[in-house]
Amino acid sequence: MSGRVHLGMPAFPEAAASATRNARLRGNLSHATGTIRAKRAQAVAELSDWDALRAAGAAVKDRTLRHLDHYLERLEEAVTAAGGTVHWAADAAEANRIVTDLVRATGETEVVKVKSMATQEIDLNAALERAGIRAYETDLAELIVQLGDDLPSHILVPAIHRNRGEIRDIFREEMGRWGRPAPKGLTDDPAELAEAARLHLREKFLRAKVGVSGANFMVAETGTLVVVESEGNGRMCLTLPETLISVVGIEKVVPTWQDLEIFLQLLPRSSTAERMNPYTSMWTGTTDSETADGPRVFHLVLLDNGRTDALADTVGRQALRCIRCSACLNVCPVYERAGGHAYGSAYPGPIGAILTPQLRGTASELDASLPYASSLCGACYEVCPVAIDIPQVLVHLRERVVEGGEVTVRGQRTTIRPARGHAAERAAMRAARWAFDHPRALLAGQRLASRTRRLHPRRLPGPGRAWTATRDLPTVPAESFRDWWRRTRNVRGEARGEGGGR
Amino acid sequence: MRVALFVTCVTDTLYPGTGRATVDLLERLGVAVDFPLAQSCCGQPQFNTGYRRETEPLVRRHVEAFRDYDHVVTPSGSCAAMVRENHPRVAARGGDAALERVATEVASRTYELSEFLVDVLGVTDVGAYYPHTVTYHPTCHGMRTLGLGDRPRRLLENVRGLELVELPAADQCCGFGGTFAVKNAAVSAAMGADKARNIENTGAEAVCAVDNSCLMHIGGTLSRRGSTVRAVHLAEILAATEDGTERAAEDGTRRSTR
Amino acid sequence: MSGRDVVLARIRRALTDVPRSEAPDDVPVPRSYERAHVPDGETSDALVDLLAENLADYRALVHRTDADGLPTLLRRLLLEHGSETVLVPPGLPTWWLESADATRVHDRAASTPAELDAVDSVVTGCAVAIAETGTIVLDGGPDQGRRRITLIPDHHVCVVRVPDQVVASVPRALERLDPTRPLTWISGPSATSDIELDRVEGVHGPRTLEVVLLTE
Repeated sequence: MSGRVHLGMPAFPEAAASATRNARLRGNLSHATGTIRAKRAQAVAELSDWDALRAAGAAVKDRTLRHLDHYLERLEEAVTAAGGTVHWAADAAEANRIVTDLVRATGETEVVKVKSMATQEIDLNAALERAGIRAYETDLAELIVQLGDDLPSHILVPAIHRNRGEIRDIFREEMGRWGRPAPKGLTDDPAELAEAARLHLREKFLRAKVGVSGANFMVAETGTLVVVESEGNGRMCLTLPETLISVVGIEKVVPTWQDLEIFLQLLPRSSTAERMNPYTSMWTGTTDSETADGPRVFHLVLLDNGRTDALADTVGRQALRCIRCSACLNVCPVYERAGGHAYGSAYPGPIGAILTPQLRGTASELDASLPYASSLCGACYEVCPVAIDIPQVLVHLRERVVEGGEVTVRGQRTTIRPARGHAAERAAMRAARWAFDHPRALLAGQRLASRTRRLHPRRLPGPGRAWTATRDLPTVPAESFRDWWRRTRNVRGEARGEGGGR
Repeated sequence: MRVALFVTCVTDTLYPGTGRATVDLLERLGVAVDFPLAQSCCGQPQFNTGYRRETEPLVRRHVEAFRDYDHVVTPSGSCAAMVRENHPRVAARGGDAALERVATEVASRTYELSEFLVDVLGVTDVGAYYPHTVTYHPTCHGMRTLGLGDRPRRLLENVRGLELVELPAADQCCGFGGTFAVKNAAVSAAMGADKARNIENTGAEAVCAVDNSCLMHIGGTLSRRGSTVRAVHLAEILAATEDGTERAAEDGTRRSTR
Repeated sequence: MSGRDVVLARIRRALTDVPRSEAPDDVPVPRSYERAHVPDGETSDALVDLLAENLADYRALVHRTDADGLPTLLRRLLLEHGSETVLVPPGLPTWWLESADATRVHDRAASTPAELDAVDSVVTGCAVAIAETGTIVLDGGPDQGRRRITLIPDHHVCVVRVPDQVVASVPRALERLDPTRPLTWISGPSATSDIELDRVEGVHGPRTLEVVLLTE
């Protein structure tokens, strides 16, 4: 299973280019994202105070991040007081080891899982499998991905790249190998597909002794965890097993119970475009044995895995406000055409393009290409419910890639060198800057281009081919604007500042 | 009122007709416009690709060229956005507080053309005549960073002879994105193709925008597809009058080699 | 060093830009959003109507009755669903089901999920209902029982006492709720958007949600 993780993936441009040639994928993605875009806009427009909620959401997250140690310690205290056990994991390996040991201690060899980005990020399922423990994904889309031996491609809807016909085929072929087979004569009607998932998973829910989840929010003040979902698989995993293990990124903490009033309005409308999602579960530690409501044992694993590296970057830090709604993916024109797999991580789309290079660093070619996976159109920032200025962070990370500099890697301040493969570009950027800072040189260049304009080829060789493969070049005019101005306004000699730069 | 034209490097070098149209239009509206020759590029290509240190000298040059003017007008949404949003940031990141202060001042006096017309001059009918069917593409920086809203549309609606037709999925990026167009050429081309198809489906003779870099990509894509739809800058439409000063004609089809 | 020490030390090193003198509450949080989106003068009748409308919008079946009508209504709902058995939380008022034909099943601590899976319906009260979002919230109170009993049966009938239990908005609901109790917020029947981002109702939770607005 671990073979499917994103090792050895090509850089974004190559993976995206091959996705643009996959007509079915393009069709699936544009249909799905097109459906949700209009609905989100409508759900948001219902609230006259959306901008105020958005500002409050961003501010609460900023307050939390600036005092993250304080809030995590409060959280730990509250969870412990309510009967839970808190573990801290500095990286994926440590988190996987903690969870594996906890499951082993129960004596069980299978767990049911609620969809969780954190456990995708650390590839928990593969780690459990190596320990002889089978993890059953119970979210419909995660089930589709797991049965199809596939990778998730969207934060909210991991199987967004599959259409109903493909899903039917996967169910028919694979369900039997994992448990109850698909009903005979299963069609591609979404209601029938959902029914097939219900039947397939029911036996697993009813016998499960260990549940594994993430959480959307953790309340420092009360020790309460919150899981927002639609299908009821979350409720199953959170209430039926005897042991519950939640793996949650450290940035998911919010200070107070009252703060939930902001996020429970922002999240559903941004995510599934609903006034409220069908089910939200909130629990605080464990209940007493007399009540016997829900797991008797609760473990919370707090996950760093690069988050503190992002926290150390005062521009990049805002990426940790993210509440994983996926609105930025749904509006992104690049995501719509490249698909989620091209981003090579559990976090695709615009948020992935700023989160992954901060969590994993920019050493690999793929990770260094992610900040460039955007036309900087700003649609992501516009819809982000916690106002993450994704274009700003993208440009900031591009600077890190091409110029290097001070960053934090695994908690250590380090100076990184510029990424390889940008030498020609750097030279061109310097040359252009020099010309722009020496308008006389620019003018000379413009005049040369004008004089030779009949000779310009229509298709360029080398890097220029990337432009002319699909676009014609503009004709160079006979006279630049600058020359026209000089000629018609009788400007003579050198004007102030027209000489060289300083 | 001292008004300077910030023509932008792309318009200066490749689309001088847009610059001439902007001057014509402003002078027709009684604005004396100056063109400080010290100006060059706002540094957007460098900055957006990650070369902040290469951007800083250009920010310095820009604020020196424009600091003495009451208003700076530019026929480019993205260059106006670069000046307003990023020049102060570049200066701040470089640790130059004095530059940051001047850059912030210049930024506060910088207007994209439609903003200058509607907000500063208070006109929406500029007396233009353009007897063609036109569709309007709101560029990303114009729409989202500057918040131009319906200003360009209101100006177009008051042009005599002009029939404005709706562009489906207008708010979708055309796929230009500066160096994105070559770094992620396949996705850029796919976005451009969808934009071109939507434009063609309107049946318009021309597609209008407030940014020549986006128009270069859109026009180049349309032209390669063999489309007859022209890509025209808003300034050129607003400068056109009944007595025939349709400046765009001077550059022929202009947007491409076809 | 323990994982805890490592993570906390990293966080403190990462936050060197935060002045030592800054307290968490010094970071401003503007709370200029509304406490509710319905007009302040909204009558309780209008709130109840809005609740009914929003519940129905997400495919909950909404019924209205008073105390006199409740037992017959519940009898009818169970009959119409073909339910032979009905789960009863420990503190459900006995008169609610006094007319029902279905066999009452009482939840015990030892009841297994498989046993609960054999029951056709469940009838509960609720802690609070939110008009703006069409949400009912259960807090495990005596008339609601353990979370699992409203999850496993395929048919959930939830009685909301109106107007007392109805609040306008999410902020007002949180004010009324106790975070130490296990809470379940329910907005319509189980649903999914996982196939082509289009919503279909009915996955793992109860596929039929009926809400009875009980006028007291």
